[in-house]
Amino acid sequence: MAGQTEHVTTEELWGGNRSPFSVSYGKMMMWFFLVSDALTFGGLLTAYGVIRHASSEPWPVGEQVFEALPGLHGSYPLVYVALMTFILIVSSVTMVLAVEAGHRMDKKGVVKWLGITIIGGFFFLGSQAWEWSHFIHGSGGGFQINRPMTVAASDDAGNTYQITLENGSWVHMTSDFGHKYEHAMEAAEEPVSHDAHGGHGEHAAEAHEDIHSMVPEEIILNKYTLEHKDGKDLRKLVVKGEDAKKIWSAMESGSMAFGANMQKNEYAIQQQYANFFFFVTGFHGFHVFSGVLINIIIWLMAVKGTFEKRGHYEMIEKIGLYWHFVDLVWVFVFTFFYLI
Amino acid sequence: MERDDLIVNESYALNAKHDEAAGRQIRKKLYTVTILLTVITLIEVLMGVAFKRNGTFAWEAIKLTFLVLTLVKAAYIVLIFMHLGEERKNLKYVVLLPYAIFIMYLIFIGLYEGISMQIGHNIFG
Repeated sequence: MAGQTEHVTTEELWGGNRSPFSVSYGKMMMWFFLVSDALTFGGLLTAYGVIRHASSEPWPVGEQVFEALPGLHGSYPLVYVALMTFILIVSSVTMVLAVEAGHRMDKKGVVKWLGITIIGGFFFLGSQAWEWSHFIHGSGGGFQINRPMTVAASDDAGNTYQITLENGSWVHMTSDFGHKYEHAMEAAEEPVSHDAHGGHGEHAAEAHEDIHSMVPEEIILNKYTLEHKDGKDLRKLVVKGEDAKKIWSAMESGSMAFGANMQKNEYAIQQQYANFFFFVTGFHGFHVFSGVLINIIIWLMAVKGTFEKRGHYEMIEKIGLYWHFVDLVWVFVFTFFYLI
Repeated sequence: MERDDLIVNESYALNAKHDEAAGRQIRKKLYTVTILLTVITLIEVLMGVAFKRNGTFAWEAIKLTFLVLTLVKAAYIVLIFMHLGEERKNLKYVVLLPYAIFIMYLIFIGLYEGISMQIGHNIFG
């Protein structure tokens, strides 16, 4: 240690008057906040990985669950979430362009690019609301069966297999039948006291009869899974005709679930998948929401000329850090919830 | 090694101003990164749709590819968009090292416990 000297001039020495990191206090604290927030998200995603790893039930597959587009029928796996990711990346770019404009003291540029960033944030929030709504409503619903049975099921290529279903197996309805059945169920559950308000009771009684005569023509096996777990092939298979009726008659009462909530979900036997989806994407969505609010406040300040008077646009850089962080988290959420 | 812990100029972020010519160059770099991130996302989505998970070695390799692509995206966002690449070395370490150490530990302990939870489930049901 001893004997090492280096000659520096007094001007070069850090005199203690400023940050040794060469950043302002505010920016450094933003970085520290982001590190701690990143640990929170890291913890949540690691917890998701642990539970998924430890789960003995099949885990739903992203491209099987998220394959819908607003206003369109048919299967578009991952297209919608890819669009959301693209929107967030673009809004991150417009944010960094606002920072660049700030470095040139270009007020017009800051207002323009930050404004576009805010619009991008709203688009992302709207997309996430739709995604949640789709996830909560589900497509078709599912139920458990209360006795083991062997049925004939066919895959997309038309091959037919004899499948043995265990007691408690989770099967799904087609989305057309499922939605019809859900409506019939809701109508049947309508309280009779509504009778006085214009013949609702009669309507409910009708629906009640209706619900008992409803039988699905098709039952889907392994709708949301693909994984070979314990050597089992869990590809999507369709059961038709008499065998579908056989499964329908073995429905465990009260096991039916449409979409997802905090107690039940149609996507998997276990509840953790749905709960993690709600919590992690919800927590991220909350970050986006706060980011948009902060961006709006800073945008108003930029329009008012506050930063022009201050002589620098560092505030744009600080909120930019937060906004890019939100994008960064989404990159990981996208990978772990949708791809892997 | 060149010392970078000395203040030799006014390189605070709030004083970091540049002119139109430098701005043009920075914007060019940003557009390149945008295209890169978009292309990576597109590749990820196409891979997610094309490859089916089935517990084979191929799927394990694809999973690893997803992780690598995600880390590449994350690195571009942090180093270019968040300008961490242009900050001082000591700030880079202060931000990245604690995170790297804690998250590696968390992932290690998570996987370890996850595996024992699975074993426990298999044995005790």
